[in-house]
Order: sequence, then C-alpha cells, then structure tokens
Amino acid sequence: MSGIVTELWPYIVLILVGYLPNEVWRMLGVAVSHGVDENSELLIWVRAVATAVLAGVVAQLVVDAPGALALVPLSVRLAALAIGFLTFLVIKRSVFAGVMGGQAAMLIGGYLSGVSLMVP
Amino acid sequence: MLPQSPAPPEGAVLSPGAAVLAGMRASSRSVFCYTLFATFVGFGALCHDLGFSIYWATLSTALIFAGPAQVISVTMLGAGAPLLSVAFAVALSGIRLLPMTVSLLPMLRTPQTRTRDLVLFAHFIAVSIWIETLRFAPHVPRENRISFCTGIGIGMTTSSVLGTIAGFVLAAQLPPLLSAAVLMLTPLSFLTSTARNSILLSDRTAFVLGLTLAPLLAWMKVDFSLLIAALTAGTLGYGAHWLRRVLQ
Repeated sequence: MSGIVTELWPYIVLILVGYLPNEVWRMLGVAVSHGVDENSELLIWVRAVATAVLAGVVAQLVVDAPGALALVPLSVRLAALAIGFLTFLVIKRSVFAGVMGGQAAMLIGGYLSGVSLMVP
Repeated sequence: MLPQSPAPPEGAVLSPGAAVLAGMRASSRSVFCYTLFATFVGFGALCHDLGFSIYWATLSTALIFAGPAQVISVTMLGAGAPLLSVAFAVALSGIRLLPMTVSLLPMLRTPQTRTRDLVLFAHFIAVSIWIETLRFAPHVPRENRISFCTGIGIGMTTSSVLGTIAGFVLAAQLPPLLSAAVLMLTPLSFLTSTARNSILLSDRTAFVLGLTLAPLLAWMKVDFSLLIAALTAGTLGYGAHWLRRVLQ
C-alpha cells in the first residue's frame, strides 16, 4: 500500500498544489459569471483588469526571465520585445510577423552577446 | 509562412459535435497552436531537467493547461519548496483566469446552455483561449459557440501536450540560445495578440499601464505586485473609458 502511495505521490502533489489551486479560479468564474450581462459596465472593467494581468505577465517574463532566457542580457530582451511590437504594428498588425521580428532580434542580440549556439 | 487564421464560416447552425470539430479546425489555424507547441517544448525540457517523469509533465499540461502555473509549480517543486507555498503561488498566478472566465462565458451561453458544458469549456480557459474566443465567437452562431470554443480548447491542449512530450524528449539536445528563444515566445505572442484584441480605450490604457506598473511594483518588492498592478491598471483603464463617455 505505502509502495503505491510513494509511487503515486508526485501525481497526488501535482493535483493538490498544481491543478486544484489553478482550476478553482475557472470554476469560480463559472459561478460568478452567472447572470452577468455581456454588455455590462462591470464586464468592461473585468476585461480591462484581465488585459492588464496579461500585460503584467509579459513584462515579468521579460524582466525577471526564467531559465535559459536569463542568459540573454536584459537590454536584448527588452529590445526584442520592442522590435517585435514594432514589426507587429508595421506589418498589418500580424501576430506572426511580430513574433518572428522579435525572435530575429532576440537570436541576433543573444548571439552577439555570447549566448552559446552549441549543445552543452 | 503560417496562415493568418481566417474567421470561421458564418451563418449556419451546426450540430454540437460538428461545432466542436469546427473549433478544432479553427484552432489549427491559430498562431497559438504553434506558439503553444513551442512554449510547451520549453516546459517539457524544464520538467526533464528538474527530474520529473514524462508522464508527470504530460499530465501537468493536460490537467493545468496554464503556462505560468505549470512553470511555477515545476520550478518550486523541483527546488523542494513547501507544498503550501507552491499551492499559494499557483493560486496567485491563476487569479487572472477568473476575470477571463467571467468576461467570456456571458458571450458564449444561451438560456439553454447546460452548466456542465460551461464547466467543461471553462477548464480550457487560458490566455490563448481567451484571446481566440474573443476573436472567433462573434462570428459563430450563439447556439454553437460553447461547443465551437470547447473545440478550440481541445485543439490547443492537444498541441500543448505534443509540445510537452517533444520538449521532454529533446531536452538534452537544445542549445542555450534556442532554449532562450523558446522561452521568449510566450511574452512575444501574448504582447502582440493582446494588442490586436485591445480595441476599447479601457483595454488599451490597461495594457500600457499593466506593462509598466507590473515590473515597477515587482522592482519595488511590493507583495502581490502582479495583482495590485493589474487591478490598478484595469481600474484606471476603465476610468479612462468612463471619462471619455461622460465628456462626450
């Protein structure tokens, strides 16, 4: 019995501290949205907050970069984000063009600042 | 070149099953199908490097399907953080799903929509689904919206699970610069697609303020910086929208 628990423990942890604390917001959203009119002023505010959360996540991922992205200097990461956004604006507000423009800047800048293209 | 996702066919009401399939097809034409794949390559590689199994990594994507929560949980668990603090950090990162869910469901449901269909769709709510649902749903007959958007969710999850597996398998073979590029995909695609979807003055104001306030508050070491930044930026954005209407 304890052998099974030990083997399944990582999965139990995944459900308890990964799945449930995240899913609770989706389910709460289902409950709260009941009776909210899609054209209400409340939703305009809620949508603005959700948009701001997204913008905040973008900023945090770039400023406080995870893993290998931290090897690339902050100036290059910020420049890549700006160049991606400019490419998006210039090329018909295309998300794909924006992502490609930003990635090109990021790869060139990262390479020039010495981030390895070799497998460690 | 990836095709820019065209709007789905308008007009005819489909059966629920056909609407799910149409949603899955629409997801395959979304730029997110590809950026999610690549993003989860990064997550799969991270799981591998932190010593988790491929089953654990895959289950994490299928069950959680929220990039930030997954990266936070695997990183903290890998570092041996206390379980309660992991749960707390994941819960904080997931708050963003609440306003997204609240803002999506009213445009998808009809008086006849069953709660379990809403619950099933709600499981798929993530940044990418939020953005694509806002874009696609207005072109889909209301009766089909919940099935169609569930199809988008299934398509995006499939792509993410495949990415996770690919990343796990490829982990040892990715050079640092490419790993960095994989991690840069999320901010770039979030930034541009949110900008594309921000039509209202309230959204645009909130977007610009959120982009600046969040790192500023984090730098000032304010607790719950993302949450406070988002509430402030969103409320000021709504204020701008309200002010303009009053002045007109």
